[in-house]
Amino acid sequence: MAKVSKRNSVCKKKLKKGSEVTEKSAAVKPHVVYDDCEEEEVLNEADENITSEEEEDDNDERKRQKLLEAISALGGKRKKKLGERSEAAVQMSEFTVNAAGEGDKIDLSDLIGTMDSNPSVPAKTKKQLKNLQQTKKTIECPLSKQESERILRDVAFQKAATEVSRWKGIIRQNQRAEQLVFPLNQEPSGPKPIERVVTSWRAQTPLEQEIFALLSANKQPISDPILTPAEEASLRAMSLEDAKIRRAELQKARALQSYYEAKARRERKIKSKKYHKVHNKAKRKEFLKQFDEMVKTDPAAALEELNKMELARMQERMSLKHQNSGKWAKSKAIMAKYDEAARKAMQQQLEVNKDLTQKLVTSVNNEEEEEEEEASHAELMPDFVNDAEQGLDSSNPWMRGKLSEDPTEKEMSGIVDPAAAGAGVVRNIAEEEEDEEEVEDTEEEALLREFDSRRKLRHAQETDTVPVICVDNEEETVEENKAAAEDLNASDKEEEELSEFTSLFRGIAEAENVEAAADASHTNTSAQLEEGLMRIRTLEDVELLSEESATDKVPVQPQPPPATENLPSATQKPGKNKKRKRGIELQEALTREAKVIQVPLAPTVEDTENSDEKLDQRGLIKEAFAGDDVISDFLKDKRKAEDAGKPKAVDLTLPGWGEWGGTGLKPSRNKRRRFRTKTIPPPPRKDHHLPSVIISEKKNSSISLHQVNSLPFPFENHAQFESTIRSPMGRTWNTERTVKKITKPKVVTQLGAIIEPMAQEELMKDKKLVSAGNKSSVDSWKRKH
Amino acid sequence: MKVKILARNPDDYVRETKFDIQRVPRNYDPTLHPFEVSREYTRALNATKLERVFAKPFLASLDGHRDGVNCMAKHTKSLSTLLSGSCDGEVKVWDLTKRECVRTLQAHEGFVRGMVVRYCGTSFFTAGDDKTIKQWKMEAPGYGEEEEPLNTILGKTVFTGLDHHQKDGVFATCGQQVDIWDEQRSSPIRSFTWGVDSFSSVRFNPVETELLASCASDRSIVLYDMREAAPLKKVIMTMRSNTLCWNPMEAYYFTCSNEDYNLYTYDMRILDRPVTVHMDHVSAVLDVDYSPTGKEFVSASFDKTIRIFPKAGGHSREVYHTKRMQHVICIKWSADNKYILSGSDEMNIRLWKANAAEKLGVLAPREREAANYSQKLKEKFQHHPQIRRIAHHRHLPKSIYHQTKELRTMKEARRRKERNVRKHSKPGTVPVVSEREKHVVTVVK
Repeated sequence: MAKVSKRNSVCKKKLKKGSEVTEKSAAVKPHVVYDDCEEEEVLNEADENITSEEEEDDNDERKRQKLLEAISALGGKRKKKLGERSEAAVQMSEFTVNAAGEGDKIDLSDLIGTMDSNPSVPAKTKKQLKNLQQTKKTIECPLSKQESERILRDVAFQKAATEVSRWKGIIRQNQRAEQLVFPLNQEPSGPKPIERVVTSWRAQTPLEQEIFALLSANKQPISDPILTPAEEASLRAMSLEDAKIRRAELQKARALQSYYEAKARRERKIKSKKYHKVHNKAKRKEFLKQFDEMVKTDPAAALEELNKMELARMQERMSLKHQNSGKWAKSKAIMAKYDEAARKAMQQQLEVNKDLTQKLVTSVNNEEEEEEEEASHAELMPDFVNDAEQGLDSSNPWMRGKLSEDPTEKEMSGIVDPAAAGAGVVRNIAEEEEDEEEVEDTEEEALLREFDSRRKLRHAQETDTVPVICVDNEEETVEENKAAAEDLNASDKEEEELSEFTSLFRGIAEAENVEAAADASHTNTSAQLEEGLMRIRTLEDVELLSEESATDKVPVQPQPPPATENLPSATQKPGKNKKRKRGIELQEALTREAKVIQVPLAPTVEDTENSDEKLDQRGLIKEAFAGDDVISDFLKDKRKAEDAGKPKAVDLTLPGWGEWGGTGLKPSRNKRRRFRTKTIPPPPRKDHHLPSVIISEKKNSSISLHQVNSLPFPFENHAQFESTIRSPMGRTWNTERTVKKITKPKVVTQLGAIIEPMAQEELMKDKKLVSAGNKSSVDSWKRKH
Repeated sequence: MKVKILARNPDDYVRETKFDIQRVPRNYDPTLHPFEVSREYTRALNATKLERVFAKPFLASLDGHRDGVNCMAKHTKSLSTLLSGSCDGEVKVWDLTKRECVRTLQAHEGFVRGMVVRYCGTSFFTAGDDKTIKQWKMEAPGYGEEEEPLNTILGKTVFTGLDHHQKDGVFATCGQQVDIWDEQRSSPIRSFTWGVDSFSSVRFNPVETELLASCASDRSIVLYDMREAAPLKKVIMTMRSNTLCWNPMEAYYFTCSNEDYNLYTYDMRILDRPVTVHMDHVSAVLDVDYSPTGKEFVSASFDKTIRIFPKAGGHSREVYHTKRMQHVICIKWSADNKYILSGSDEMNIRLWKANAAEKLGVLAPREREAANYSQKLKEKFQHHPQIRRIAHHRHLPKSIYHQTKELRTMKEARRRKERNVRKHSKPGTVPVVSEREKHVVTVVK
């Protein structure tokens, strides 16, 4: 279009020029040839020329006509001549009258010639007309209709095209987008007011009207805003300042919390026990204070606290914590004999347990409970610490079950120990030093165990013969106690007595306890335990019964230790021997191997040293591959390949068909020959005439069916295409999120939604975005400068 | 004492509800999952095969017209409503969910040439061979009321096409000239003529709503601006265009269906060569409609098939045909991008799926994910010959198959001849003309 318009303008210029030229040419020359653009002008001019010469022509014509007629009259024949038709318009007037100067061009001067003489014409006009006469400009002739329409159309098209081109950005963007979601401008989901869903709907029935009246009375939303006024007010209440303040508050709270946490962590990391002890004590005190206050002020909370305590107590009772049964406690128990502090620590722990297990509520103190408590207390005491007490408490039938288990353990250890003792002895024999005390100890223990077992067996015999016979004084008393308890279990009084008894005995036991701790009398404890075992008829009794038959073996029992003593030594000796033997063997082997290796090594080393200069690389290689006959190997390979390629004859003979069959019978040669299929020899191999080449003809054509044989369109090189194929997309190889991202569909449509054509708003959106971007960039630019 | 233990976050292995699948911690070490390409290739192959297995595009046939269906119109606000006009002047309104006709009216004497629903969806316009344009209410008349048009305009000449403006109460007709009508007036507010030819179709641009385009019988496509007094531009092609359709998402692209078996997509700013030539039909293409997403379009042809083309693809991705479907005269793509509606000579309207193998209805999330994955796999391996072969295989009626072959040989022969001519003439005298340039005769300004 632009071109065209240019051309047009050029044309116009030419036209102008042309007109000027024609004026000149009219004055100078009649015929000038011009451009295509000036054709009309030229024609006009031609016309003018014709009209100016017409007068002379007319006379000539007439004369010529007459002459022609005369000539025709001369001839004999009278030919009828058809007159030539010609246009009438220019050459002659309608009335065959020619006015003088008819064909002349009217000049401006002709028209205004009278002006000078006419006085009515003002001077100004005269002057203007004169000026006009002098100027040589002519008004351009208007364009043809087609031309002007064309220009109009062109302009309109340009406009439309630019208008449409505004969409270019959006179209590009959509074409490149990884995912397009249609409809483009989706309304936010959520409840919509009735007005928007149902247009032109009004409450009509009385029920509806009533409902709406009610709704409006309660300020419920019935029209566009879905929120109630109250909700809106609440929304409005949260202004920016409020939000900021709230945020600051939250931040502060969070910071405080973090400080507190850090502090707590720091405190917890403090290793000092004393610190913690003091700390905990203080805490407890404070808590108690608080609790007292709480009882007064907030009984409900106090009750809750109480419940909590109760729960703690229950847990304590259930768990083995603070019961001196842990590793630490056991170790301490061993130390307790000698170490005051350890004993104290244990006592402390027990105190804690007591504290925790004590019932807080000062309800009616039942004797039973007390007893129970005491019993449990006794139970919780380690065996070594309060032996006597245990002995006393063993009268309690509930206790026995537990105690009965311990002896078994002891027994087990008793059985096992001799071996250990034996080992100790062995060690003594072997090394003849080390702590004598320990050894003695172990020896003592072993001895004690021996005694114990002996006594046990004796007891077993006794129990068998006489059911209840006491051995020791203590045992007697206990027995009495127990008997009493058994007899008068039901009566409370008796129980009271019992409790009195137990308390009494407890005191004694404590006294004894200290002694025992000082003495560290092992015998006592073991004896006690044994007795406990005696009293109860459990599985052990049954075992003992079985042992009874083998009472003869009792004196023999202490013998096992020596036996074990012997055993390890016996086992050790052969082991040692073996080791020694093996060592010798290894040495031998090493020496032998060394000899073997040395023989071939020596000459080669010498060789290399000597012939370094003589042998070149080639020689070296030759020597290195002296054993390999590469060429013959290759030929073998080739023959193999050829053989594999050759088709094999297939024998299709079926034994027993057409003749006798059976074991040892072979089908006849005739038949075999008949049924042996001979395959056609394959075409000669490609490497038939190439002795040093093996061309494999086993190309797998089945794979090529699945391979892409030319680079597909959008890819520019093979590497690109291969990389796209190589990267897997499934969830076997990628994380869930990646898979979702990769497999995102290009176009997503909503089910049942009408997709409207793109609206002008999209353009506005885009423009806004762009303008915002520009603005921001401008701003940033401004800030920079 | 600090005790260090191994701890697992339950969020890693506990599912939120029992309906979730079990969360299985995975080891993505590639050495544990070898052969990824071959495994994915197999999956792609299977997906392609399954797609072909499930490709059952035909959904329903709506019968009821007593003459060929000449034009159809989509409802602008309702997906389930379709209007169709037949060659005997009857207009039917269909409920697509029930697949039944809900309303029938005798709109014209002779053909119903054009039909369009007003943008608000409350009324529709019909133009017929009886030189009238009628406006009808979308709602059926009440009991006892007579079926009467809201408005009737008597024209001087026959109207052959009709389209409505996207947002205003303005519509355009074509016949001997292209007229722009105001709904309130009985005479056109503007008439465009350019030469003395009759027009076969006129369409408003749905994006730049003031622009129109029409197909004329002098083998030209003419562009107009409603606001201008004169048409904008005209492109004359080797053969006549029957209809055209603007891309609803891309303002300056339109596609026209041509008598020379092809469709041409033009950029309206550059008319001297089409952007794409879409070839595959073996007979004149009668109608074309864009998908609402603007990514594809569907064409109806005289060869009794429907084809779906990607907007930038030279060949169709899908061809639909049935034994009983005759020349397909009109075609529409439903506004939710899911269905295609075709009206044909033998008085039936057919409902097709736009994606032949797509499962209809709501998909479970896992189903959707699986579908997406297989779709991507198919795309990834589309160039592999086996997959390509399976994906592109379509059964065609014998006649169309042979005609395609014949056309191919003809084209090949023509090309060979041209090549020979070029070979035996002075270099430069026989220039190479690209396929796109071949079909445009001139652009008239």
